[in-house]
Amino acid sequence: MDKFTTLTGIAAPLPLINVDTDMIIPKQFLKTIKREGLGVNLFDEMRYDREGNEVPDFVLNKPQYREAEILVGGDNFGCGSSREHAPWAIKDFGIRCVIAPSFADIFFNNCFKNGILPIPLPQEQVDILMKDAEKGANARMTIDLENQEITTSDGEVIKFEIDPFRKHCLLNGLDDIGLTLEKAAAIDAYETGMEQSRPWV
Amino acid sequence: MTAPKTLYDKIWDAHLVHEAEDGTSLLYIDRHLVHEVTSPQAFEGLRMSGRSVRAPDKTIAVPDHNVPTTLDRANGGMNEESRIQVDALDKNAKDFGIHYYPVSDVRQGIVHIVGPENGWTLPGMTVVCGDSHTATHGAFGALAHGIGTSEVEHVLATQTLIQKKSKNMKVEITGKLNPGVTAKDITLSVIGATGTAGGTGYVIEYCGEAIRDLSMEGRMTVCNMAIEGGARAGLIAPDEKTFDYVKGRAHAPKGAQWEAAMNWWKTLYSDDDAHWDKVVTIKGEDIAPVVTWGTSPEDVLPITAVVPAPEDFKGGKVEAAKRSIEYMGLTPGQKLSDVEIDTVFIGSCTNGRIEDLRAAAAILKGKKIKEGLRAMVVPGSGLVRAQAEEEGLAEIFIDAGFEWRLAGCSMCLAMNPDQLAPGERCASTSNRNFEGRQGYKGRTHLMSPAMAAAAAVTGKLTDVRDLQ
Repeated sequence: MDKFTTLTGIAAPLPLINVDTDMIIPKQFLKTIKREGLGVNLFDEMRYDREGNEVPDFVLNKPQYREAEILVGGDNFGCGSSREHAPWAIKDFGIRCVIAPSFADIFFNNCFKNGILPIPLPQEQVDILMKDAEKGANARMTIDLENQEITTSDGEVIKFEIDPFRKHCLLNGLDDIGLTLEKAAAIDAYETGMEQSRPWV
Repeated sequence: MTAPKTLYDKIWDAHLVHEAEDGTSLLYIDRHLVHEVTSPQAFEGLRMSGRSVRAPDKTIAVPDHNVPTTLDRANGGMNEESRIQVDALDKNAKDFGIHYYPVSDVRQGIVHIVGPENGWTLPGMTVVCGDSHTATHGAFGALAHGIGTSEVEHVLATQTLIQKKSKNMKVEITGKLNPGVTAKDITLSVIGATGTAGGTGYVIEYCGEAIRDLSMEGRMTVCNMAIEGGARAGLIAPDEKTFDYVKGRAHAPKGAQWEAAMNWWKTLYSDDDAHWDKVVTIKGEDIAPVVTWGTSPEDVLPITAVVPAPEDFKGGKVEAAKRSIEYMGLTPGQKLSDVEIDTVFIGSCTNGRIEDLRAAAAILKGKKIKEGLRAMVVPGSGLVRAQAEEEGLAEIFIDAGFEWRLAGCSMCLAMNPDQLAPGERCASTSNRNFEGRQGYKGRTHLMSPAMAAAAAVTGKLTDVRDLQ
């Protein structure tokens, strides 16, 4: 997995609540058997018309946000389907950090598995960052994971919380499976015990 | 004496393989259900790292999302990309030696219907699948939730999942339901009351007389949509109905193992003085037959209500409601029962079980669907389909003018050819009314099977009580 340490980049504002994973990546793009190449279809039905032309009003089509690396969204971001294609598409577009007042559980987990940092913050702080994002390309935000700080283009610093284990994995680009296999003995012991306690499983 | 526990606490404790000081835990997974859309990258990951499936006997795969549901599907009908995904699952199941129900098997169907039906899902288990509606299995008192593809690979390789414990939430539905009110109305009404993020960070246990009174099919409908309320999982404590449902199924324990299992299963309930982080209580008698009007499952109203106005809401919901009403082509103040539909879809992991088909058929018996409507019934599995044919339900649907399809996810997410055209409006028994969910610019109204059948008869959203 790619490491996440610090990121300075353009933040795109998407002030919508309940952005669901069908919006992030519609089902017709789930037929791939790869993880790459989905960025061009990120937010497909909002970003393109039926003929495949860009919808100029959509945030990621505006010249100042085409290189966005951070997304500032609304409440319950990433709700709906468990499709990991959603974070794959976000990452493939070039976005490495999503900030919102709250995230849906599965999407939130999926982000960490792909080197994307999702940051939940109180609404008032998201409002500040949304305003900063609305300034466009000249306004760059900095995310510092080690110090758990977001710095706006005006130099305002907002602290954020993160689970220490997840932080450690992101900072070091650690692979979950590798970490779990270090505990293979505990899994073996559990399975042996299960033959007694729950043999029907 | 040990501290009182919730059902969730008990299942969690029974599956804990390892717990770090910060609470990061390794949980053992008893059943891993797999389908064709969210698994190819996971199997590919195993191959690339030279890993195998740790517990193939606990891993069950079935193609469901992509498969056509038309009667000619044995002759193809899948587009190239879908075929590649289904072929990949065929190959992965074979290469890694996992249980598999191919498209040609009569037991094939939606993964969340196949699991319980074949006795794979049992009380007290941990069940995961790369699909958010895994919550369905919670109806058996199993801790069941959706995972992403990276986690699918993790479970394949290690038979465990890295988790942090969620909080406990109790949703109690007291008393009896009124006539015409079903499990779907319960689960939609709960989401309407708590919001789509109301359950975020929680595992919900549904309880109360109205839940106890539900059949296993109804309980699966309730738990299925726990995810739509934002919860990691929904649970219902197992009881005699659960044990009766499980007993004798192909992969359920038998003989002495059944007795041993029962001894444990009977301890699977929340202790009287267990701690709840959040409690929601709804009176069964206050629940009406409901439909959704917007593009979020929380946009729920009784069928007797009118389309709301954006000003009726607060905060970010004002803009969201405005967008939804426009997308749905509705007018604030319009009576919901005046909204005309083009399509009726009965099926999905929410409402594709035998009881759902019985409820819809009871409304449709001796009636015809409104002229010009497209209406389809997609049974949740080949076994549901066979049973419905045996009970004479298929005939009722066909006589009424419904298409009688083969099993699959179908128009719930429209990955196969069953889709809405732009602007088309559907009375649907599925679980999500998101923009574009059932087809680009398609409009979805969620409701119970009986309500969808009533809508098919009149051609508009209809109060089922008027037809009963």
